[in-house]
Amino acid sequence: MLELTVNGIKHQVDVVPEMPLLWVLRDELGITSPKYGCGIAQCGACTVHVDGHAVRSCQARIADVAGKAVTTIEAVGHGKLHPVQEAWIEHQVPQCGYCQIGQMMQAISLLTLIPNPSDDEINQVMSGNLCRCGTYERIRAAIHTAARKMGGA
Amino acid sequence: MAEISRLSRRTFVFGSVAVAGGVAFGSYGRAQEAPKAAANPLAAGLAPDSVTFNPWVEISPEKIILIAQHADKGQGVGSIQPVMIAEELDLEPGQFEVRFAGPSPAYYNSGFAHELAPFMAPDQSPEAEKARAAALEWLRKSGLQMTGGSSAIPDTYDKLRVAGAVARETLKAAAAKRSGIAVADLRTEAGNVILPDGAKIPYVALAAEAAKIPPVTDVKLRDPKQWRMIGKPMERLDIRPKVTGELKFGIDRVMDGMVYAAVQLNPNKGQPIKSYDASKAEKMPGVRKILKISNGIAVIATNSWYAMKAAEQVKCEWAPSKYPAEQADHWKAVGASFTSEFLGKQWRNDGDVEAGLKAGKLVEAEYRAPYVAHAPLEPLSGIGIVTDAGMEIWVGHQSPQAVQQIAAKAIGMKPEQVTFHNEWMGGSFGHRLEFENVRVLAEIANQLRGTPVKLVFSREQDFLQDIPRQIAMARYRGSVQDGKIVAADFQVAATTPFKGLLERMGTVSKDPDSQLAVGIWNVYYDIPNYRSASYEVQGLSPSTTWRSVGASANGFFTEGFMDELIHAAGLDPLQARIDLCKIPIYRKILETVGEMADWKGPLGNGKGRGVAFVESFGTAVAEIVEVTMTDAGIRIDKVWVAADVGKVVDPVNFENNVQGSVVWGLGHAMNCEITYANGAAQQTNYHHHEGMRLYQCPVIEVRGLENDFTVRGLGEPPVPPAAPALANAIFAATGRRIREMPFNKFIDFV
Repeated sequence: MLELTVNGIKHQVDVVPEMPLLWVLRDELGITSPKYGCGIAQCGACTVHVDGHAVRSCQARIADVAGKAVTTIEAVGHGKLHPVQEAWIEHQVPQCGYCQIGQMMQAISLLTLIPNPSDDEINQVMSGNLCRCGTYERIRAAIHTAARKMGGA
Repeated sequence: MAEISRLSRRTFVFGSVAVAGGVAFGSYGRAQEAPKAAANPLAAGLAPDSVTFNPWVEISPEKIILIAQHADKGQGVGSIQPVMIAEELDLEPGQFEVRFAGPSPAYYNSGFAHELAPFMAPDQSPEAEKARAAALEWLRKSGLQMTGGSSAIPDTYDKLRVAGAVARETLKAAAAKRSGIAVADLRTEAGNVILPDGAKIPYVALAAEAAKIPPVTDVKLRDPKQWRMIGKPMERLDIRPKVTGELKFGIDRVMDGMVYAAVQLNPNKGQPIKSYDASKAEKMPGVRKILKISNGIAVIATNSWYAMKAAEQVKCEWAPSKYPAEQADHWKAVGASFTSEFLGKQWRNDGDVEAGLKAGKLVEAEYRAPYVAHAPLEPLSGIGIVTDAGMEIWVGHQSPQAVQQIAAKAIGMKPEQVTFHNEWMGGSFGHRLEFENVRVLAEIANQLRGTPVKLVFSREQDFLQDIPRQIAMARYRGSVQDGKIVAADFQVAATTPFKGLLERMGTVSKDPDSQLAVGIWNVYYDIPNYRSASYEVQGLSPSTTWRSVGASANGFFTEGFMDELIHAAGLDPLQARIDLCKIPIYRKILETVGEMADWKGPLGNGKGRGVAFVESFGTAVAEIVEVTMTDAGIRIDKVWVAADVGKVVDPVNFENNVQGSVVWGLGHAMNCEITYANGAAQQTNYHHHEGMRLYQCPVIEVRGLENDFTVRGLGEPPVPPAAPALANAIFAATGRRIREMPFNKFIDFV
């Protein structure tokens, strides 16, 4: 049994230690907001926060995150919408929406590190998150809006 | 318009091909039993005291349900289709629930009528309109329900507003009966019938009474000036649940008692498994069972990851591929197909092409477009349960009736024994018109009768089983003399995407694949001697519809080569296209994109601009791409797009879809191909086949025009001009012509 804290709630899971966090969240705990897209950290759809940092949950062994704080999109706004989510709604970023949870988790992490990122900084940090629908311009604009909302700009 | 009637006459030879079922859909209709009158599928399961007025509106004492007729792959029909009903029914967002349509001929796609009728999009001649009416009647009889061909808005723009108006007027009639007040003195607002004294009767309170009166079908649609929502910026209904993570995609669904399945399938597409050794896999954690299915193995486990890991460890011996094992032989076969034996159809033959080619300076070129994968971010998946009575399946799919057929065939049942539920999809781009996950899930669930099975393809299996875009080659010739294009001879050889899809749906068509005509037939430039033909390559990889289908390759070939002819004639690429274009509303599109970009000819300083113009699925789109040659390679700076759809029903979503289409067109043109080795696709994940990432994405400025005589679709038409506009921009910046996708084989991109 491994102990895992997700969004402040402790869970016991009985899986092999090398199982990626993604599949523990999705198939063992029923938290389906992190998405499976590639399984090899090429798309970023599975991005969650571990101790506040963006992590590709398809690459994080469950044994390595046991005892750490895992956060998914459900908890980023502490009961409200996070400014990044508000900006995503304002700009109507999603098309199919499958990548967008990972995009927002990455964007929140970016804005924590760089409160007012330039386009170049956005390009660098966000290019690991693939969007097949091509919503990139809106993602860029929404990050700038979120930066303003969060007081970075 | 004289120009249009001239085009009609030219193409009337083509028009003599049987209209009903002749062009796009082959003999699909003949394979189906034509329903006499499609019953309202909502009537069957109607609860007591509830009413349904038509296949799109159901009201119970508790709630209002609106049906999105088409499948939502991200293009937004799950929002705009209910909104079009709500516009006439006077409902506000939040007052109704949205459900996807189940399989029923009542949801036949009338939007294919224009594509079926063999007349060019701008043709409004009586002959063209007659052919479209005949095509519509055939569609109604065939009951063909499919999302595709950029048809969602053309199909539903009128019928959903009528559906809403019928519901509204019938509710008013019910309120009139109850209150004794004349219908003319009643109005509706925000889910209520309003009486003259201001009293409100909620629609839900009228459901039982409305069910007892015949629907009021003589309705008048509102003047667009009165619209509250259509044509105005609005928040898509699915935006919030997609941002909070609450929206469940097909892959997120769970069921009590379900088991997880993953597969390893023969990478030689369509071929069976010979034997396998699962001795290692069956000892792995979480594994419950390993099953043999017709073209591979399935691992049943307690979790998708356990199933995927174990599936990788099964050693399989595969039957070899039916198509050439190595990519070079695919290209060889394509190159050898420009002969009468493989002729699909000569689509146009205007003037005297041979004489025209001899008259001026000859220009010749060969262009290529490779296989490419769809790879939507949500991999193929599905949940199914088979019992002795039938199968119930939950899967995101664009062809509900075909899901029933394919699943039924796989388990020896009848299509009507398969109950289908559609799901929100994490993209498709044509992937979810194919059936590999449906057939495989049916086979697995049939071996585990009574147990719900959740199947998730690994990304690698999704790539390996993807049926790609057609492989295509163009051999083009043309001549120029005295600053004019005298002749053009456009020959394309390709595998057949639409015929292939139809065949896998059980309908073998002897007609030419009409998708291979798009981009060589519907070319609107005034070239006195013009000929075009398609050749259908046999024996290669199965191919299917990939966002924008035939035009995704042919648009690149034709607009790339037109640029070469225009250059040889010493003309400006944009002005020459405007001058050559014979359709006034299309000239306007080119002029508009020129204004948007402030086109003034060559830029110099390592910068270049390219323009392209393609009509596909009836929607004409012009794009200008601007690039800069830097030390690190080509940087795409900006793209301008003008598209005429007759009516922009949802401006925000319009812009988002156009931008996404441009990213799709550019990203794959720059970076993607599928190649075969040992019969298997060599690209199995996104690092091999990326499309575009954020750092490469330019600013994309979009303008929607509303001059077309009818309402057009948009999901695909902005894709085809992107690749040639980029290639033409690279030529303008560097002097180098790129005639083969992906471009990164020939030039670096920043």
